[in-house]
Amino acid sequence: MQVPAHFEYERATSVDHALALLAKWGSEARVVAGGHSLIPMMKLRLARPEALVDINDLEELAYVRLDGDALAVGAMTRHADLLASPLVGEHYPIFHEAERVIADPVVRNRGTVGGSLCQADPSEDLSAAFAAVGAAAVIRGPDGTRQVPVREFHTGPYETVVAPGELLVEVVVPVRPGGWRDPVQGAQRRDRFEAATGGISERSERGWQGPGGGSAYEKVERRVGDWAVAAAGAAVWLDGDTIGDAGIGLTAVGAAHFHAPEAERFLRGSPATDAVLAEAGRIAAEHCEPVADQRGPADYKKHLAGELTTRALARAVKRARGEA
Amino acid sequence: MKITVTVNGDERTADVEPRLLLVHFLRDTLGLTGTHWGCDTSNCGVCVVWLDGKPVKSCTVLAVMADGHTVRTVEGLADGATLDPVQQGFVRCHGLQCGFCTPGMMMTARWLLDHNPDPSEDEIREAISGQACRCTGYENIVRSVRWAASHEREVAPR
Ligand SMILES: Cc1cc2nc3c(=O)[nH]c(=O)nc-3n(C[C@H](O)[C@H](O)[C@H](O)COP(=O)(O)OP(=O)(O)OC[C@H]3O[C@@H](n4cnc5c(N)ncnc54)[C@H](O)[C@@H]3O)c2cc1C
Ligand code: FES
Ligand code: FES
Repeated sequence: MQVPAHFEYERATSVDHALALLAKWGSEARVVAGGHSLIPMMKLRLARPEALVDINDLEELAYVRLDGDALAVGAMTRHADLLASPLVGEHYPIFHEAERVIADPVVRNRGTVGGSLCQADPSEDLSAAFAAVGAAAVIRGPDGTRQVPVREFHTGPYETVVAPGELLVEVVVPVRPGGWRDPVQGAQRRDRFEAATGGISERSERGWQGPGGGSAYEKVERRVGDWAVAAAGAAVWLDGDTIGDAGIGLTAVGAAHFHAPEAERFLRGSPATDAVLAEAGRIAAEHCEPVADQRGPADYKKHLAGELTTRALARAVKRARGEA
Repeated sequence: MKITVTVNGDERTADVEPRLLLVHFLRDTLGLTGTHWGCDTSNCGVCVVWLDGKPVKSCTVLAVMADGHTVRTVEGLADGATLDPVQQGFVRCHGLQCGFCTPGMMMTARWLLDHNPDPSEDEIREAISGQACRCTGYENIVRSVRWAASHEREVAPR
């Protein structure tokens, strides 16, 4: 029987209360969200916090909504709710494709978006998906709120920029194709997009809309519900037949920050042809350093990194063209 | 720590250690041994109960996390002496052999039918994909859930 070591339990009733509880217990406190990574670690005594701060009652952090020109996902959004969100499906099918293969439906009822990112497991799926789309993490602490790009969020296996006493509260995803949180960059991207397409993007209440953006996720697992042997997420924005911008996220293959910047740079400005997408996969794989484990040998994972990147890119391009 | 959990409609209060898992609270503290305990690693699904109306693996939830919340276990499926249609389906279609996985399977099946009264075979298999059965090969479990679905639609529409 696996039993955690003794700890004190505190339940937060608001974000401010959670921050106060974290301040009270200092570095020996841990936040518990869905608990589906932390509780197993505590049962194995791999984690022995002195106090748990339970944030499951913070309904204020459970949402998926459009916030200006960005998709905002609250940290306490359960996997099942991200999967069920039509808003997510409309703007970023990559998240539905990733969620469909994260764990199983019962685990997805409990595990959260925030817990997944903060756990920073090297095989975690959402980190790759959020890295691909260029999301930012919103972190609250005693001194206020800061934003960190997801591509800079992970500092190592099981390590993130979230300091003791801080809480991840939201993940924001710029909405395609002109929708970027940075107003200057956003306007530039929109203008470029509109010049390329004859100004057919329209500003609606739902943010910047128009053809040109697509995303997809590809994962290979040993059996249903398992962690990835390897997985890749891709987001593509087209200017006609040219790739205006691309994002690639990778998991379980030893890609630094779950990210493939070299392949992205190669894609920008290139034509969206099969040969180009295959070359991007090759470049992405080249920069991965997978380790052999019970899920497979390193060379196989490297092979998958390239192949899955190319497949995800191909489907993202199809979606960007409105063909899928 | 004193907690009060509404279990199958009844408020149950107990003094527990924060490290007590929900599955042991149900089985050992409350004596509700219908919920089983298997892998202890959130993989097998024999410990599935509802927490606030959704199936969860109770070996990976702390009892204190359920304080002030609502839990439904397999003991809360039947209405008095009348078995839930899902239970009836498992009886009629031989949905169990040893019965170890059965409580978890039925809790997930009940949730599925509450949200999708006419699930396809694929949808049933997807819903129980985080739960293992070592006996039936799943075939009769799927049949049992389909039986319950059609029974509810035809005989006792909800
Ligand atoms: C059987 C099984 C299979 C799984 N398969 C997959 C899979 O295929 N792919 C995949 O990606 N994941 C998988 N997971 C992991 C699952 O997605 C977890 O739910 C997730 O990793 C952690 O989310 P959680 O809410 O349970 O976090 P918790 O376990 O509560 O927390 C994890 C860590 O994050 C910290 N934390 C949580 N929330 C916050 C916050 N808001 N601010 C600051 N710190 C926070 C905690 O202190 C802890 O250190 C699986 C899990 C299980 C049990
Ligand atoms: S005992 Fe909970 S999933 Fe196996
Ligand atoms: S009936 Fe024996 S494990 Fe399912």
